[in-house]
Amino acid sequence: MALTGRWMTRDAALPVLPDDALDALPKGDTLGFDIAGLESWDSGFVAFLWDVKRAGQKTGVTLRTETLPPAAARLLGLLPDQAAEPPAQTGRKPGFVEQIGDRTFAALTETGIIAELGAQAVKGGLQAVAGRGRMRMADLLANLTDAGPRALLIVGVVNFLLGAILAFVGAVQLEKFAAGIYVASLVGIAMVREMAAVMTAIIMAGRTGGAYAARISTMLGNEEIDALEVFSIPVSSYLVLPAVLSLTITMPFLYLYGCLIGMLGGFVVAIAMLDVTGAGYFHYTVTAFGIGQFLFGLSKSIVFGAFIGLTSCRIGLKAGRSAADVGVAATRAVVVGIVGVIALDALFAVIADVLNI
Amino acid sequence: MPDAPMTPDTLLSMRDVTLAFGPKLIQRGISLDIRRGSIFAVMGGSGCGKSTLLKSMIGLLRPVEGRFEVQGEDYWAATPARREAINHRFGVLFQSGALWSSMTIGENVALPMQMLTDLPPATVSRMVALKLGFVGLSNAVDLFPSEISGGMRKRAGLARALALDPDILFFDEPSAGLDPITSARLDDLILNLRDGLGATIVIVSHELPSLFRIADSGIFLDARSKTPIAHGSPAELRDHCADPQVHAFMTREREEGDSTP
Repeated sequence: MALTGRWMTRDAALPVLPDDALDALPKGDTLGFDIAGLESWDSGFVAFLWDVKRAGQKTGVTLRTETLPPAAARLLGLLPDQAAEPPAQTGRKPGFVEQIGDRTFAALTETGIIAELGAQAVKGGLQAVAGRGRMRMADLLANLTDAGPRALLIVGVVNFLLGAILAFVGAVQLEKFAAGIYVASLVGIAMVREMAAVMTAIIMAGRTGGAYAARISTMLGNEEIDALEVFSIPVSSYLVLPAVLSLTITMPFLYLYGCLIGMLGGFVVAIAMLDVTGAGYFHYTVTAFGIGQFLFGLSKSIVFGAFIGLTSCRIGLKAGRSAADVGVAATRAVVVGIVGVIALDALFAVIADVLNI
Repeated sequence: MPDAPMTPDTLLSMRDVTLAFGPKLIQRGISLDIRRGSIFAVMGGSGCGKSTLLKSMIGLLRPVEGRFEVQGEDYWAATPARREAINHRFGVLFQSGALWSSMTIGENVALPMQMLTDLPPATVSRMVALKLGFVGLSNAVDLFPSEISGGMRKRAGLARALALDPDILFFDEPSAGLDPITSARLDDLILNLRDGLGATIVIVSHELPSLFRIADSGIFLDARSKTPIAHGSPAELRDHCADPQVHAFMTREREEGDSTP
């Protein structure tokens, strides 16, 4: 076989050996190379030689590699005789019904695991209260600071604007009926019953839930979780409990804060747009909702906090170990957090209807 | 020898290079010459700045002082575009492979070719198969980095380093964390690649058997005085170096008067 000219990868015209090129040669024959006309070569040349080597293996022709440039022969020696076999297809694709079944079982299993994680966290929490806990207070404090004071600004801004938007929309409609003052009731009820709790939970799902999931899945990648397990330090009390507890503790306070700031937002818009006095607005706000509705909102915020803490930790713990998996875990924690909060809120609405709150 | 006149054979050289992270001095007074086609070892104890020296050679850390030349061209004085062109001659194997985790092994090897060359996709996939064939990973094209062992990840990193047919290869602790047999096979592979590709190789390592086997010359960095204390091949340093610390390192004995267990 005579090989001449330049054999550089970047020339992009590297020949591919036809499949039947060596078929004419009898089995057991040898193939030498004439490289007198070879000018320059790089790995593209070796790629072609590899084709020849594999074709030779198939037809039983031996290559006389000593007739090649020594360096190329050396590289060719590193390469296997056979092309990589495509990996065997494992299993068949499950049918539609099977897929539904699989998903249902997976969802039920997941619910069970989250419930168990929650139970462990509650147990750890009770032990901590009883003074026998193994949670480090420093972790709880760090988590509390992050989920509490550091979230005040964004929770405040969003709730203020939300209250202002509600008042604005309400004012336009209510003024038509000369009932402008009822903007105060509208904003009050909406914030206390729904908006403050839901919006704050959505903010916390995006801000804190995503961070928990990313942190835990990074720890997983660094084998930090494995190290905890080997020491048999329960992941539930070292990681999950401080996360869930801090969100459960701060969420009611953030809810209360969100309510007040939202009403302030409504107040500012009402004073600016309508013919209402400050005292009037205050009066209509406090008489708008009863203590029952306030407690309803408050308990929602506690449930949302626990839910976000638990799901984000669980999503972090079951993530893969690569950088891409950290991104997936963070995204999933935010999505599950937001969708879950809204779904729970719908459930609460049904409960409220039954209980006549 | 640091002060020997530069021969046309010299591919990489350093003159009085000082490396520091901010105010923290890592090494000073580094001078070295690396011949074309040789395997040059950067040796020294843990924390002496071996990897930092490597970083300054591959363009990740600018030396505070001194010159680093690639084929007579001052690397750090070159324009960024020129530096990029020089970098295309480099292939780097990072300590733990540093494979991009969101891509398969095949995509990891293909990416540099796709981003930096105009090769048609068919040629790229042929080259990917070839480079993975060199390191014995033909079967792992479609696996993700998280699905293969540490040794395989290193070899995949090596295949990626070879993606652009570099003529200068940098290896950061290639055999760290590998068993002796895998490590010896990697040494064979390095020697074969050097001879096959005609590449120049700079290797950071403290695996003595591997150093004795493959390195032609080298430099020994001292963590205490923060300066190189010996130049020469690992075997020369072991047999002829008078410095007690170097001798102790190369023979795995404790220094006299050193009572730490």
